[in-house]
Amino acid sequence: MKLKCHQCPERAVFHITEVDDGGQYSEVHLCPKCAHHYLNATPEQSVTSAALAEVPEKPKAEVSVGLPSSPLETDIECSVCGMTFAEFRSSGRLGCPHDYDAFREHLMPLMETIHGNTRHVGKVPGRLPADTRVQTELIKLRQELRQAIATEDYERAAELRDQIDRLRGDHAE
Amino acid sequence: MDFHDLATRSGEWLRGNGPESDIVISSRLRLARNLADFPFCNRASDLEKREIEATFRTVSDDLEFGEDLHYLDVDKLDSIDRQFLVERQLISRELATTDGARGVAIALSEDVSLMVNEEDHLRIQVLRSGYSLQACWELGNRIDDLVEDKVRYAFSEEFGYLTACPTNVGTGMRASVMLHLPALAMTKQIDRVFRALQKIQLAVRGLYGEGSQASGDFYQISNNVTLGKTEAEILRNIEVVVPQIVQYERTARTELVKESKQTLHDRVSRAYGILCTAQTISSEETMHLLSSVRMGVNLNLIPDVNVGMINDLFIHTQPAHLQKIEGQPLESEERNIARATYLRRRLTNTSESAN
Repeated sequence: MKLKCHQCPERAVFHITEVDDGGQYSEVHLCPKCAHHYLNATPEQSVTSAALAEVPEKPKAEVSVGLPSSPLETDIECSVCGMTFAEFRSSGRLGCPHDYDAFREHLMPLMETIHGNTRHVGKVPGRLPADTRVQTELIKLRQELRQAIATEDYERAAELRDQIDRLRGDHAE
Repeated sequence: MDFHDLATRSGEWLRGNGPESDIVISSRLRLARNLADFPFCNRASDLEKREIEATFRTVSDDLEFGEDLHYLDVDKLDSIDRQFLVERQLISRELATTDGARGVAIALSEDVSLMVNEEDHLRIQVLRSGYSLQACWELGNRIDDLVEDKVRYAFSEEFGYLTACPTNVGTGMRASVMLHLPALAMTKQIDRVFRALQKIQLAVRGLYGEGSQASGDFYQISNNVTLGKTEAEILRNIEVVVPQIVQYERTARTELVKESKQTLHDRVSRAYGILCTAQTISSEETMHLLSSVRMGVNLNLIPDVNVGMINDLFIHTQPAHLQKIEGQPLESEERNIARATYLRRRLTNTSESAN
């Protein structure tokens, strides 16, 4: 998704869904700088540009309920997908399965609030993922592959492709 | 898959039969699953999304559970077709409106749909007419097993099935029943029922899920909790309250008839009269009036009208369905006229309504 920031010509990387009291949705797409202002501004202040005119007066982010209310001193980043906890807070969506480990400390109270519980007791897949390290390695390699393609380093991209294919081949039945 | 052909039929969720179907419209179960070796959809590149989509397209093509699945490339559908699938509850609004490689595999009977690259990589949905949550779970669970034979799910022993949003983590299961509660709405008892439901961690939503209004007095009741309870416990939690709500609705209807039969009879008859004669009518007003008529038919206050046809009209008068039936795109004003014409034709065709 290559959207422009709603408030300046930069590329938007934050995609925020606002939900008003009547349950109506609106989306706001912002670059990191504008997102910082938007998320730290009071609701009234944030509604400045014409593009955001339809944002309800007192917006609340979808995930605000139950999240730790203290501001994040130092943001944590997932070493596998590169998602930060701040990004999760604004989007409400995690970046990859490994985030459950990376953000564990912050997610536990959130899950306690949502579910009243933090331990799965339901269905278990017939075969458990044999080695999650392989899976997370694959996500990492794909991330690198994406960067290699973006920087037009096709030699590196080809190497990464081979590595990915090899890893997938190894752990497939 | 022929959309025009589909448009003239009613769709599983409004077929109008099955247990308690005068009040319990349909039962639905959804399982959220993700591949272990890809980022979640919102973090996946276009290339990765295409790989995920290709994986599940192959899986759904080979899935053998007794029904054939038809795969649709949602990215390539036009907006009316996407809206059409939303109205039939075969895809979510999110799958219709998000972008990038995504798809849905649909069973011709419309009771199974597998959404690919929605919020999660895979959403298995099973839909049944009437009150049949257990049957939904049995089929959903079986399909899940068959899919899992072919892919590796993101799963942790501690948190269960890992999902893009922590509100779905654990079982990844959302079970819901759609109820038609016009009498509770009319007698303003509905809020009390909902407050009671929220206390036992059940959510109430409108016809088209999250963020939608309760149009036509249709309400979806579903579990909020997906972690720390087994699938059986989650289902039981809903199964305990549904018969109670059905009973409340029946009591409210009986009391309405007892206390003010004339008023009620007048109200449903007027609703019927407007639907039979209006020259232009919005989707919202149609839903509202059809809701009264549906209850009137169930209470034998409107003779010679087939409840199955009323169920049909709920879905056929929705914007995308109307445009499919008419065979052309229509602006809002044109739709209101087409809707009124369609309603008059169906409701005054005595040979159809009497059977």
